[in-house]
Amino acid sequence: MTAAVIAAPRPGALGRLSDALFRHPGLLLALLLAPPLLWLGVVYLGSLVALLAQSLFSIDEFTGQIDRTLTLSTYGELLRLANLDIIARTVLMAAAVTIADALIAFPIAYYAATYARGRTKALFYFLVMMPLWSAYLVKVYAWKLLLAKEGVVGWVFDALGIGVVLDAILAIPVIGGPSLSTSYLGTFLVFAYVWLPYMILPIQASLERVPKSLVEASADLGASPRVAFRTVILPLALPGVVAGSIFTFSLTLGDFIIPQIVGGSTLFIGQAVLIHQGTAGNIPLAAAFTVVPIVVMGLYLWGAKRLGAFDAL
Amino acid sequence: MPSDRKAPLPLTIAAVGGLLFLHVPLGFVILYAFTTEERSYEFPPPGLTLKWFSAVWDRPDVWSALRLSLEVAALSTALALVLGTLCAAALSRRPFFGREAISLLVILPIALPGIVTGIALRSAFNLADIPFSVFTIVLGHATFCIVVVYNNAVARFRRLHGSLVEASMDLGADGFQTFRHVILPNIATALLAGGMLAFALSFDEVIVTTFTAGQQATLPIWMLNELIRPRQRPITNVIAVFVILVTFVPILAAYYLTRDEDPAHRTGH
Repeated sequence: MTAAVIAAPRPGALGRLSDALFRHPGLLLALLLAPPLLWLGVVYLGSLVALLAQSLFSIDEFTGQIDRTLTLSTYGELLRLANLDIIARTVLMAAAVTIADALIAFPIAYYAATYARGRTKALFYFLVMMPLWSAYLVKVYAWKLLLAKEGVVGWVFDALGIGVVLDAILAIPVIGGPSLSTSYLGTFLVFAYVWLPYMILPIQASLERVPKSLVEASADLGASPRVAFRTVILPLALPGVVAGSIFTFSLTLGDFIIPQIVGGSTLFIGQAVLIHQGTAGNIPLAAAFTVVPIVVMGLYLWGAKRLGAFDAL
Repeated sequence: MPSDRKAPLPLTIAAVGGLLFLHVPLGFVILYAFTTEERSYEFPPPGLTLKWFSAVWDRPDVWSALRLSLEVAALSTALALVLGTLCAAALSRRPFFGREAISLLVILPIALPGIVTGIALRSAFNLADIPFSVFTIVLGHATFCIVVVYNNAVARFRRLHGSLVEASMDLGADGFQTFRHVILPNIATALLAGGMLAFALSFDEVIVTTFTAGQQATLPIWMLNELIRPRQRPITNVIAVFVILVTFVPILAAYYLTRDEDPAHRTGH
Protein backbone atom coordinates (compact mmCIF):
# COMPACT_ATOMS: atom_id res chain seq x y z
CA MET A 1 0.00 0.00 0.00
CA THR A 2 1.41 3.40 -0.88
CA ALA A 3 1.22 6.51 1.20
CA ALA A 4 -0.71 8.30 -1.54
CA VAL A 5 -3.65 5.92 -1.19
CA ILE A 6 -3.88 6.39 2.53
CA ALA A 7 -3.37 10.12 2.38
CA ALA A 8 -6.29 10.78 0.03
CA PRO A 9 -8.55 12.81 2.36
CA ARG A 10 -12.15 11.84 2.75
CA PRO A 11 -14.70 14.53 1.85
CA GLY A 12 -16.93 16.34 4.32
CA ALA A 13 -16.54 17.21 7.99
CA LEU A 14 -17.33 13.67 9.17
CA GLY A 15 -14.79 12.30 6.72
CA ARG A 16 -12.10 14.64 8.01
CA LEU A 17 -12.95 13.71 11.57
CA SER A 18 -12.77 10.03 10.64
CA ASP A 19 -9.32 10.58 9.09
CA ALA A 20 -8.13 12.48 12.12
CA LEU A 21 -9.24 9.70 14.45
CA PHE A 22 -7.56 7.10 12.26
CA ARG A 23 -4.28 9.00 12.29
CA HIS A 24 -4.43 9.61 16.03
CA PRO A 25 -5.51 6.39 17.76
CA GLY A 26 -4.78 8.05 21.09
CA LEU A 27 -7.41 10.69 20.38
CA LEU A 28 -9.97 8.01 19.49
CA LEU A 29 -9.14 6.18 22.71
CA ALA A 30 -9.56 9.35 24.73
CA LEU A 31 -12.93 10.08 23.07
CA LEU A 32 -14.14 6.53 23.72
CA LEU A 33 -13.03 6.56 27.34
CA ALA A 34 -14.10 10.06 28.32
CA PRO A 35 -17.84 9.42 28.98
CA PRO A 36 -17.46 6.18 30.99
CA LEU A 37 -14.52 7.62 32.91
CA LEU A 38 -16.43 10.77 33.73
CA TRP A 39 -19.21 8.59 35.09
CA LEU A 40 -17.26 5.92 36.94
CA GLY A 41 -14.11 7.84 37.73
CA VAL A 42 -15.66 11.13 38.79
CA VAL A 43 -19.22 10.42 39.96
CA TYR A 44 -18.76 6.93 41.37
CA LEU A 45 -15.19 7.00 42.62
CA GLY A 46 -15.70 10.55 43.84
CA SER A 47 -18.66 9.42 45.95
CA LEU A 48 -16.64 6.54 47.37
CA VAL A 49 -13.75 8.81 48.33
CA ALA A 50 -16.15 11.34 49.84
CA LEU A 51 -17.73 8.56 51.89
CA LEU A 52 -14.38 7.31 53.16
CA ALA A 53 -13.38 10.88 53.99
CA GLN A 54 -16.51 11.26 56.11
CA SER A 55 -15.44 8.30 58.25
CA LEU A 56 -12.64 10.59 59.45
CA PHE A 57 -15.16 13.14 60.73
CA SER A 58 -16.93 12.66 64.03
CA ILE A 59 -20.32 13.41 65.48
CA ASP A 60 -20.90 15.70 68.43
CA GLU A 61 -22.77 13.57 70.94
CA PHE A 62 -24.70 16.51 72.42
CA THR A 63 -25.77 18.47 69.37
CA GLY A 64 -25.83 15.62 66.84
CA GLN A 65 -23.89 17.89 64.48
CA ILE A 66 -21.11 16.49 62.34
CA ASP A 67 -17.72 17.87 63.31
CA ARG A 68 -15.54 18.21 60.23
CA THR A 69 -12.14 18.04 61.88
CA LEU A 70 -10.14 14.98 60.93
CA THR A 71 -10.04 12.42 63.69
CA LEU A 72 -9.80 8.68 64.22
CA SER A 73 -12.30 8.73 67.07
CA THR A 74 -15.08 7.30 64.90
CA TYR A 75 -12.92 4.28 64.22
CA GLY A 76 -12.33 4.06 67.95
CA GLU A 77 -16.07 3.86 68.39
CA LEU A 78 -16.13 1.02 65.90
CA LEU A 79 -14.00 -0.95 68.36
CA ARG A 80 -16.65 -0.77 71.09
CA LEU A 81 -17.84 -4.19 72.21
CA ALA A 82 -21.34 -3.87 70.71
CA ASN A 83 -19.90 -2.93 67.31
CA LEU A 84 -17.19 -5.60 67.38
CA ASP A 85 -19.99 -8.03 68.12
CA ILE A 86 -21.80 -6.98 64.93
CA ILE A 87 -18.62 -7.32 62.88
CA ALA A 88 -17.78 -10.76 64.32
CA ARG A 89 -21.32 -12.03 63.76
CA THR A 90 -21.31 -10.88 60.11
CA VAL A 91 -17.88 -12.30 59.32
CA LEU A 92 -18.76 -15.65 60.97
CA MET A 93 -22.00 -15.82 59.00
CA ALA A 94 -20.13 -15.02 55.77
CA ALA A 95 -17.64 -17.80 56.51
CA ALA A 96 -20.36 -20.35 57.32
CA VAL A 97 -22.34 -19.46 54.20
CA THR A 98 -19.20 -19.73 52.05
CA ILE A 99 -18.35 -23.19 53.37
CA ALA A 100 -21.92 -24.45 52.95
CA ASP A 101 -22.13 -23.08 49.40
CA ALA A 102 -18.81 -24.67 48.44
CA LEU A 103 -20.08 -28.05 49.68
CA ILE A 104 -23.43 -27.81 47.85
CA ALA A 105 -21.95 -26.27 44.70
CA PHE A 106 -19.10 -28.70 44.14
CA PRO A 107 -21.15 -31.78 43.14
CA ILE A 108 -23.29 -29.69 40.78
CA ALA A 109 -20.23 -28.11 39.15
CA TYR A 110 -18.37 -31.43 39.03
CA TYR A 111 -21.29 -33.23 37.41
CA ALA A 112 -21.81 -30.44 34.89
CA ALA A 113 -18.10 -30.22 34.00
CA THR A 114 -17.32 -33.94 33.92
CA TYR A 115 -20.37 -36.02 33.06
CA ALA A 116 -22.92 -33.71 31.45
CA ARG A 117 -22.73 -33.56 27.64
CA GLY A 118 -24.64 -31.78 24.92
CA ARG A 119 -28.17 -30.87 25.89
CA THR A 120 -27.77 -31.90 29.53
CA LYS A 121 -24.79 -29.61 29.86
CA ALA A 122 -26.69 -26.68 28.33
CA LEU A 123 -29.60 -27.40 30.64
CA PHE A 124 -27.32 -27.49 33.70
CA TYR A 125 -25.75 -24.21 32.72
CA PHE A 126 -29.12 -22.59 32.19
CA LEU A 127 -30.53 -23.93 35.45
CA VAL A 128 -27.61 -22.36 37.32
CA MET A 129 -27.54 -19.08 35.42
CA MET A 130 -31.27 -18.50 35.69
CA PRO A 131 -31.42 -18.11 39.49
CA LEU A 132 -28.17 -16.10 39.40
CA TRP A 133 -29.89 -13.28 37.55
CA SER A 134 -33.47 -13.66 38.71
CA ALA A 135 -35.24 -11.55 41.27
CA TYR A 136 -33.26 -11.38 44.50
CA LEU A 137 -36.13 -10.12 46.59
CA VAL A 138 -38.50 -12.81 45.35
CA LYS A 139 -35.98 -15.47 46.35
CA VAL A 140 -35.80 -14.05 49.86
CA TYR A 141 -39.58 -13.89 49.91
CA ALA A 142 -39.80 -17.55 48.87
CA TRP A 143 -37.88 -18.48 52.01
CA LYS A 144 -40.11 -16.38 54.19
CA LEU A 145 -42.97 -18.56 52.94
CA LEU A 146 -41.00 -21.76 53.41
CA LEU A 147 -39.62 -21.01 56.86
CA ALA A 148 -42.68 -19.42 58.50
CA LYS A 149 -43.96 -21.28 61.53
CA GLU A 150 -47.05 -22.43 59.62
CA GLY A 151 -45.07 -22.74 56.34
CA VAL A 152 -43.81 -25.50 54.10
CA VAL A 153 -40.73 -26.68 56.00
CA GLY A 154 -42.62 -27.06 59.26
CA TRP A 155 -45.39 -28.91 57.43
CA VAL A 156 -42.90 -31.33 55.84
CA PHE A 157 -41.32 -32.09 59.22
CA ASP A 158 -44.76 -32.71 60.73
CA ALA A 159 -45.94 -34.80 57.79
CA LEU A 160 -42.88 -37.01 58.14
CA GLY A 161 -43.63 -37.32 61.84
CA ILE A 162 -40.32 -35.73 62.84
CA GLY A 163 -41.62 -32.35 64.00
CA VAL A 164 -39.74 -33.05 67.25
CA VAL A 165 -36.46 -32.92 65.35
CA LEU A 166 -37.23 -29.40 64.09
CA ASP A 167 -38.17 -28.31 67.61
CA ALA A 168 -34.92 -29.80 68.92
CA ILE A 169 -32.92 -27.92 66.29
CA LEU A 170 -34.71 -24.67 67.10
CA ALA A 171 -34.03 -25.23 70.80
CA ILE A 172 -30.27 -25.07 70.21
CA PRO A 173 -29.03 -21.83 71.77
CA VAL A 174 -27.63 -19.06 69.51
CA ILE A 175 -28.59 -20.54 66.13
CA GLY A 176 -32.15 -21.48 67.14
CA GLY A 177 -35.18 -19.32 67.89
CA PRO A 178 -38.97 -19.34 68.12
CA SER A 179 -39.26 -20.37 64.45
CA LEU A 180 -36.91 -20.91 61.53
CA SER A 181 -37.81 -17.52 60.08
CA THR A 182 -36.67 -15.75 63.23
CA SER A 183 -33.46 -17.72 63.84
CA TYR A 184 -29.86 -17.43 62.63
CA LEU A 185 -30.30 -20.86 61.11
CA GLY A 186 -32.97 -19.36 58.85
CA THR A 187 -30.73 -16.40 57.95
CA PHE A 188 -27.96 -18.84 57.13
CA LEU A 189 -30.22 -20.96 54.89
CA VAL A 190 -31.42 -17.94 52.93
CA PHE A 191 -27.90 -16.56 52.47
CA ALA A 192 -26.64 -19.97 51.32
CA TYR A 193 -29.55 -20.30 48.89
CA VAL A 194 -29.34 -16.85 47.38
CA TRP A 195 -25.57 -16.88 46.71
CA LEU A 196 -25.22 -20.52 45.62
CA PRO A 197 -25.10 -19.86 41.83
CA TYR A 198 -22.18 -17.44 42.37
CA MET A 199 -20.21 -20.42 43.74
CA ILE A 200 -21.22 -23.00 41.12
CA LEU A 201 -20.15 -21.09 38.00
CA PRO A 202 -16.49 -20.37 38.94
CA ILE A 203 -15.99 -23.93 40.24
CA GLN A 204 -17.38 -25.31 37.01
CA ALA A 205 -15.14 -22.99 34.99
CA SER A 206 -12.03 -24.20 36.83
CA LEU A 207 -13.05 -27.88 36.53
CA GLU A 208 -13.58 -27.48 32.78
CA ARG A 209 -9.96 -26.36 32.51
CA VAL A 210 -8.48 -29.46 34.20
CA PRO A 211 -6.69 -31.20 31.30
CA LYS A 212 -8.02 -34.69 30.58
CA SER A 213 -4.50 -35.90 30.02
CA LEU A 214 -3.54 -35.18 33.62
CA VAL A 215 -6.35 -37.38 34.92
CA GLU A 216 -5.46 -40.12 32.43
CA ALA A 217 -1.80 -39.89 33.40
CA SER A 218 -2.65 -40.30 37.07
CA ALA A 219 -4.73 -43.38 36.19
CA ASP A 220 -1.84 -44.78 34.13
CA LEU A 221 0.44 -44.25 37.08
CA GLY A 222 -1.86 -46.41 39.18
CA ALA A 223 -4.05 -43.89 40.97
CA SER A 224 -7.56 -45.07 41.72
CA PRO A 225 -10.34 -42.63 40.71
CA ARG A 226 -10.63 -41.65 44.35
CA VAL A 227 -6.92 -40.86 44.66
CA ALA A 228 -6.94 -39.05 41.30
CA PHE A 229 -9.82 -36.91 42.48
CA ARG A 230 -8.11 -36.00 45.73
CA THR A 231 -4.60 -35.40 44.43
CA VAL A 232 -5.21 -34.09 40.89
CA ILE A 233 -8.70 -32.71 40.36
CA LEU A 234 -9.38 -31.15 43.76
CA PRO A 235 -6.17 -29.06 43.95
CA LEU A 236 -6.74 -27.82 40.39
CA ALA A 237 -10.35 -26.88 41.21
CA LEU A 238 -9.36 -24.98 44.35
CA PRO A 239 -8.88 -21.60 42.60
CA GLY A 240 -12.47 -21.91 41.38
CA VAL A 241 -13.70 -22.50 44.91
CA VAL A 242 -11.73 -19.48 46.13
CA ALA A 243 -13.09 -17.36 43.27
CA GLY A 244 -16.64 -18.37 44.16
CA SER A 245 -16.01 -17.67 47.81
CA ILE A 246 -15.08 -14.09 46.94
CA PHE A 247 -18.66 -13.57 45.78
CA THR A 248 -20.39 -15.43 48.62
CA PHE A 249 -18.21 -13.74 51.23
CA SER A 250 -18.53 -10.22 49.85
CA LEU A 251 -22.26 -10.48 49.18
CA THR A 252 -22.97 -11.75 52.70
CA LEU A 253 -20.83 -9.04 54.30
CA GLY A 254 -22.76 -6.23 52.70
CA ASP A 255 -26.32 -7.54 52.75
CA PHE A 256 -28.85 -5.86 55.01
CA ILE A 257 -32.07 -7.20 53.57
CA ILE A 258 -31.91 -10.90 54.34
CA PRO A 259 -31.15 -10.59 58.09
CA GLN A 260 -33.88 -7.97 58.31
CA ILE A 261 -36.52 -10.25 56.80
CA VAL A 262 -35.43 -13.67 58.02
CA GLY A 263 -33.53 -13.78 61.29
CA GLY A 264 -33.17 -12.69 64.87
CA SER A 265 -33.25 -9.17 66.25
CA THR A 266 -29.49 -8.62 66.44
CA LEU A 267 -27.72 -6.60 63.76
CA PHE A 268 -25.41 -7.40 60.87
CA ILE A 269 -22.95 -4.87 59.38
CA GLY A 270 -25.33 -3.84 56.61
CA GLN A 271 -28.16 -3.14 59.05
CA ALA A 272 -25.81 -1.15 61.29
CA VAL A 273 -24.82 1.02 58.33
CA LEU A 274 -28.47 1.55 57.43
CA ILE A 275 -29.43 2.56 60.97
CA HIS A 276 -26.47 4.89 61.51
CA GLN A 277 -26.92 6.74 58.24
CA GLY A 278 -30.69 6.86 58.48
CA THR A 279 -32.53 7.30 61.76
CA ALA A 280 -29.40 7.90 63.86
CA GLY A 281 -27.95 10.40 61.37
CA ASN A 282 -24.43 9.35 62.30
CA ILE A 283 -22.88 9.38 58.82
CA PRO A 284 -19.27 9.17 60.10
CA LEU A 285 -19.96 5.92 61.98
CA ALA A 286 -21.94 4.53 59.04
CA ALA A 287 -19.01 5.36 56.77
CA ALA A 288 -16.58 3.71 59.18
CA PHE A 289 -18.77 0.60 59.18
CA THR A 290 -18.66 0.38 55.38
CA VAL A 291 -14.88 0.44 55.59
CA VAL A 292 -15.04 -2.92 57.41
CA PRO A 293 -16.31 -4.98 54.45
CA ILE A 294 -13.94 -3.09 52.15
CA VAL A 295 -10.95 -3.96 54.35
CA VAL A 296 -12.07 -7.56 54.91
CA MET A 297 -12.58 -8.02 51.17
CA GLY A 298 -9.22 -6.36 50.46
CA LEU A 299 -7.47 -8.88 52.69
CA TYR A 300 -9.53 -11.68 51.22
CA LEU A 301 -8.73 -10.68 47.63
CA TRP A 302 -5.05 -10.37 48.49
CA GLY A 303 -5.08 -13.93 49.82
CA ALA A 304 -7.14 -15.17 46.88
CA LYS A 305 -4.72 -13.63 44.39
CA ARG A 306 -1.90 -15.57 46.00
CA LEU A 307 -3.91 -18.77 45.47
CA GLY A 308 -4.39 -17.91 41.78
CA ALA A 309 -8.15 -17.48 42.06
CA PHE A 310 -8.41 -14.67 39.52
CA ASP A 311 -7.68 -16.98 36.61
CA ALA A 312 -10.93 -18.81 37.43
CA LEU A 313 -13.21 -15.77 37.44
CA MET B 1 -11.81 -37.34 32.67
CA PRO B 2 -14.18 -40.27 32.66
CA SER B 3 -16.65 -38.62 30.29
CA ASP B 4 -17.66 -41.90 28.66
CA ARG B 5 -18.67 -43.50 31.97
CA LYS B 6 -21.86 -42.92 33.83
CA ALA B 7 -21.66 -40.67 36.88
CA PRO B 8 -21.58 -42.39 40.28
CA LEU B 9 -25.02 -42.44 41.86
CA PRO B 10 -24.18 -40.33 44.96
CA LEU B 11 -22.76 -37.60 42.72
CA THR B 12 -25.88 -37.59 40.55
CA ILE B 13 -28.10 -37.38 43.62
CA ALA B 14 -26.04 -34.51 45.07
CA ALA B 15 -26.05 -32.61 41.77
CA VAL B 16 -29.74 -33.05 41.04
CA GLY B 17 -30.58 -32.36 44.69
CA GLY B 18 -28.56 -29.13 44.51
CA LEU B 19 -30.43 -28.01 41.41
CA LEU B 20 -33.78 -28.82 43.04
CA PHE B 21 -32.70 -26.76 46.06
CA LEU B 22 -32.12 -23.87 43.65
CA HIS B 23 -35.49 -24.08 41.93
CA VAL B 24 -38.15 -25.60 44.20
CA PRO B 25 -38.53 -22.53 46.49
CA LEU B 26 -39.57 -20.35 43.55
CA GLY B 27 -42.26 -22.90 42.70
CA PHE B 28 -43.84 -22.30 46.11
CA VAL B 29 -44.00 -18.56 45.43
CA ILE B 30 -46.09 -19.32 42.36
CA LEU B 31 -48.35 -21.67 44.34
CA TYR B 32 -48.92 -19.07 47.07
CA ALA B 33 -50.21 -16.53 44.53
CA PHE B 34 -53.34 -18.70 44.25
CA THR B 35 -53.97 -19.39 47.95
CA THR B 36 -57.24 -18.26 49.56
CA GLU B 37 -55.48 -17.71 52.90
CA GLU B 38 -54.92 -13.98 53.57
CA ARG B 39 -53.40 -13.70 57.03
CA SER B 40 -50.64 -16.30 57.24
CA TYR B 41 -48.28 -18.40 55.13
CA GLU B 42 -50.28 -21.53 55.90
CA PHE B 43 -49.24 -24.66 54.05
CA PRO B 44 -50.86 -26.47 52.36
CA PRO B 45 -53.11 -23.66 51.10
CA PRO B 46 -56.71 -24.16 52.31
CA GLY B 47 -58.03 -23.38 48.83
CA LEU B 48 -57.05 -21.94 45.46
CA THR B 49 -58.38 -18.80 43.80
CA LEU B 50 -57.59 -16.39 40.97
CA LYS B 51 -59.14 -13.37 42.65
CA TRP B 52 -55.83 -11.82 43.82
CA PHE B 53 -54.76 -11.24 40.24
CA SER B 54 -57.75 -9.00 39.62
CA ALA B 55 -57.25 -7.39 43.04
CA VAL B 56 -53.72 -6.37 42.01
CA TRP B 57 -55.07 -5.01 38.71
CA ASP B 58 -57.14 -2.46 40.66
CA ARG B 59 -54.24 -1.15 42.75
CA PRO B 60 -52.99 2.30 41.68
CA ASP B 61 -49.98 2.14 44.04
CA VAL B 62 -48.80 -1.08 42.37
CA TRP B 63 -49.25 0.40 38.93
CA SER B 64 -47.25 3.52 39.77
CA ALA B 65 -44.47 1.41 41.32
CA LEU B 66 -44.40 -0.75 38.21
CA ARG B 67 -44.29 2.29 35.94
CA LEU B 68 -41.38 3.74 37.91
CA SER B 69 -39.50 0.43 37.82
CA LEU B 70 -39.89 0.10 34.05
CA GLU B 71 -38.89 3.73 33.53
CA VAL B 72 -35.78 3.37 35.68
CA ALA B 73 -34.80 0.04 34.09
CA ALA B 74 -35.21 1.43 30.56
CA LEU B 75 -33.23 4.61 31.25
CA SER B 76 -30.41 2.85 33.13
CA THR B 77 -30.16 0.17 30.45
CA ALA B 78 -29.90 2.83 27.73
CA LEU B 79 -27.18 4.69 29.64
CA ALA B 80 -25.33 1.48 30.48
CA LEU B 81 -25.45 0.38 26.82
CA VAL B 82 -23.72 3.57 25.67
CA LEU B 83 -21.14 3.74 28.47
CA GLY B 84 -20.48 -0.02 28.60
CA THR B 85 -19.97 -0.29 24.83
CA LEU B 86 -17.61 2.71 24.78
CA CYS B 87 -15.61 1.12 27.59
CA ALA B 88 -15.49 -2.27 25.89
CA ALA B 89 -14.46 -0.71 22.57
CA ALA B 90 -11.63 1.18 24.24
CA LEU B 91 -10.38 -1.64 26.47
CA SER B 92 -10.50 -4.41 23.85
CA ARG B 93 -8.03 -2.51 21.66
CA ARG B 94 -4.31 -2.61 22.14
CA PRO B 95 -2.96 -2.30 25.70
CA PHE B 96 -2.33 1.20 27.03
CA PHE B 97 -1.19 2.71 30.28
CA GLY B 98 -3.91 2.38 32.92
CA ARG B 99 -6.00 -0.23 31.11
CA GLU B 100 -5.95 -2.63 34.06
CA ALA B 101 -6.96 0.16 36.43
CA ILE B 102 -9.90 1.12 34.24
CA SER B 103 -11.16 -2.45 33.92
CA LEU B 104 -10.97 -2.74 37.72
CA LEU B 105 -12.93 0.51 38.00
CA VAL B 106 -15.69 -0.89 35.76
CA ILE B 107 -16.02 -4.02 37.91
CA LEU B 108 -15.83 -2.14 41.23
CA PRO B 109 -19.56 -1.33 41.54
CA ILE B 110 -20.44 -5.03 41.65
CA ALA B 111 -17.27 -6.22 43.42
CA LEU B 112 -18.02 -3.97 46.39
CA PRO B 113 -21.12 -4.81 48.40
CA GLY B 114 -24.16 -2.93 47.09
CA ILE B 115 -24.55 -1.13 50.38
CA VAL B 116 -21.20 0.61 49.88
CA THR B 117 -22.23 1.90 46.45
CA GLY B 118 -25.61 2.90 47.83
CA ILE B 119 -24.46 4.87 50.84
CA ALA B 120 -21.57 6.47 48.91
CA LEU B 121 -23.98 7.80 46.28
CA ARG B 122 -26.49 8.89 48.91
CA SER B 123 -23.99 10.88 50.91
CA ALA B 124 -22.63 12.40 47.70
CA PHE B 125 -26.15 13.50 46.71
CA ASN B 126 -26.57 15.01 50.15
CA LEU B 127 -23.24 16.84 49.96
CA ALA B 128 -24.06 18.17 46.49
CA ASP B 129 -27.63 19.10 47.50
CA ILE B 130 -29.15 16.96 44.75
CA PRO B 131 -32.77 16.10 45.66
CA PHE B 132 -33.77 12.43 45.34
CA SER B 133 -35.70 11.73 42.16
CA VAL B 134 -35.99 9.31 39.27
CA PHE B 135 -32.68 10.77 38.13
CA THR B 136 -30.83 9.70 41.28
CA ILE B 137 -32.24 6.16 41.09
CA VAL B 138 -31.18 5.88 37.45
CA LEU B 139 -27.73 7.18 38.31
CA GLY B 140 -27.26 4.40 40.87
CA HIS B 141 -28.63 1.67 38.63
CA ALA B 142 -26.60 2.67 35.56
CA THR B 143 -23.43 2.53 37.67
CA PHE B 144 -23.73 -1.21 38.27
CA CYS B 145 -25.42 -1.98 34.90
CA ILE B 146 -22.38 -0.72 32.95
CA VAL B 147 -20.34 -3.76 33.92
CA VAL B 148 -23.02 -6.17 32.63
CA VAL B 149 -23.05 -4.58 29.19
CA TYR B 150 -19.27 -4.26 29.29
CA ASN B 151 -18.77 -7.98 30.05
CA ASN B 152 -20.92 -9.06 27.13
CA ALA B 153 -19.55 -6.49 24.70
CA VAL B 154 -15.88 -7.02 25.53
CA ALA B 155 -16.18 -10.78 24.91
CA ARG B 156 -17.64 -10.07 21.46
CA PHE B 157 -15.11 -7.33 20.61
CA ARG B 158 -12.32 -9.80 21.33
CA ARG B 159 -13.81 -12.23 18.82
CA LEU B 160 -14.31 -9.54 16.19
CA HIS B 161 -11.35 -9.79 13.81
CA GLY B 162 -9.36 -6.64 13.23
CA SER B 163 -9.04 -7.71 9.59
CA LEU B 164 -12.77 -7.09 9.03
CA VAL B 165 -12.39 -3.49 10.12
CA GLU B 166 -9.23 -3.07 8.04
CA ALA B 167 -10.95 -4.53 4.98
CA SER B 168 -13.83 -2.10 5.39
CA MET B 169 -11.45 0.85 5.66
CA ASP B 170 -9.45 -0.36 2.62
CA LEU B 171 -12.66 -0.49 0.63
CA GLY B 172 -13.17 3.20 1.30
CA ALA B 173 -15.50 3.28 4.29
CA ASP B 174 -14.72 5.94 6.88
CA GLY B 175 -14.66 5.15 10.60
CA PHE B 176 -18.34 5.92 11.09
CA GLN B 177 -19.45 3.82 8.13
CA THR B 178 -17.28 0.98 9.38
CA PHE B 179 -18.90 1.24 12.78
CA ARG B 180 -22.40 1.38 11.27
CA HIS B 181 -22.02 -1.40 8.71
CA VAL B 182 -19.32 -3.71 10.09
CA ILE B 183 -18.83 -3.35 13.84
CA LEU B 184 -22.42 -2.75 14.91
CA PRO B 185 -23.95 -5.78 13.15
CA ASN B 186 -21.22 -7.93 14.67
CA ILE B 187 -21.72 -6.79 18.25
CA ALA B 188 -25.51 -6.30 18.04
CA THR B 189 -26.58 -9.56 19.67
CA ALA B 190 -24.01 -9.19 22.45
CA LEU B 191 -25.34 -5.67 23.16
CA LEU B 192 -28.91 -6.96 23.12
CA ALA B 193 -27.99 -9.71 25.58
CA GLY B 194 -26.10 -7.31 27.83
CA GLY B 195 -28.95 -4.83 27.67
CA MET B 196 -31.49 -7.46 28.66
CA LEU B 197 -29.44 -8.63 31.62
CA ALA B 198 -28.95 -5.02 32.66
CA PHE B 199 -32.71 -4.50 32.42
CA ALA B 200 -33.44 -7.56 34.54
CA LEU B 201 -30.80 -6.51 37.07
CA SER B 202 -32.18 -2.99 37.35
CA PHE B 203 -35.81 -4.12 37.46
CA ASP B 204 -35.35 -6.11 40.66
CA GLU B 205 -32.55 -4.13 42.32
CA VAL B 206 -33.34 -3.10 45.85
CA ILE B 207 -30.14 -2.52 47.86
CA VAL B 208 -28.74 0.51 46.02
CA THR B 209 -32.28 1.79 45.37
CA THR B 210 -32.99 1.92 49.12
CA PHE B 211 -30.35 4.64 49.34
CA THR B 212 -30.90 6.54 46.12
CA ALA B 213 -34.72 6.78 46.13
CA GLY B 214 -36.57 9.47 48.02
CA GLN B 215 -40.31 9.09 48.45
CA GLN B 216 -40.80 7.15 45.20
CA ALA B 217 -41.20 3.39 45.42
CA THR B 218 -40.01 1.08 42.68
CA LEU B 219 -41.68 -2.32 42.60
CA PRO B 220 -38.89 -4.00 44.64
CA ILE B 221 -39.02 -1.18 47.20
CA TRP B 222 -42.80 -1.66 47.44
CA MET B 223 -42.19 -5.38 47.99
CA LEU B 224 -39.48 -4.78 50.57
CA ASN B 225 -41.83 -2.64 52.63
CA GLU B 226 -44.37 -5.45 52.50
CA LEU B 227 -41.77 -8.02 53.52
CA ILE B 228 -40.71 -6.04 56.57
CA ARG B 229 -44.28 -5.20 57.65
CA PRO B 230 -46.63 -7.63 55.89
CA ARG B 231 -50.02 -5.99 55.43
CA GLN B 232 -51.31 -7.38 52.16
CA ARG B 233 -49.80 -10.81 51.69
CA PRO B 234 -51.98 -11.91 48.73
CA ILE B 235 -51.05 -8.79 46.73
CA THR B 236 -47.35 -9.36 47.51
CA ASN B 237 -47.62 -12.99 46.36
CA VAL B 238 -49.01 -11.97 42.98
CA ILE B 239 -46.37 -9.27 42.53
CA ALA B 240 -43.64 -11.79 43.34
CA VAL B 241 -44.89 -14.03 40.53
CA PHE B 242 -45.03 -11.03 38.22
CA VAL B 243 -41.42 -10.08 39.03
CA ILE B 244 -40.31 -13.67 38.34
CA LEU B 245 -41.94 -13.51 34.90
CA VAL B 246 -40.60 -10.05 34.02
CA THR B 247 -37.02 -11.03 34.85
CA PHE B 248 -37.29 -14.55 33.38
CA VAL B 249 -37.98 -13.43 29.80
CA PRO B 250 -34.94 -11.16 29.31
CA ILE B 251 -32.64 -13.68 31.01
CA LEU B 252 -33.88 -16.46 28.74
CA ALA B 253 -33.44 -14.21 25.69
CA ALA B 254 -29.93 -13.20 26.76
CA TYR B 255 -29.04 -16.85 27.24
CA TYR B 256 -30.11 -17.76 23.69
CA LEU B 257 -28.35 -14.73 22.19
CA THR B 258 -24.95 -15.59 23.67
CA ARG B 259 -25.03 -19.33 24.27
CA ASP B 260 -22.31 -20.07 21.71
CA GLU B 261 -19.82 -17.91 23.57
CA ASP B 262 -17.48 -18.91 26.33
CA PRO B 263 -19.66 -18.98 29.47
CA ALA B 264 -16.68 -17.95 31.59
CA HIS B 265 -17.10 -14.37 30.36
CA ARG B 266 -20.54 -14.02 31.76
CA THR B 267 -19.95 -15.16 35.32
CA GLY B 268 -18.66 -11.77 36.38
CA HIS B 269 -21.79 -10.60 38.09
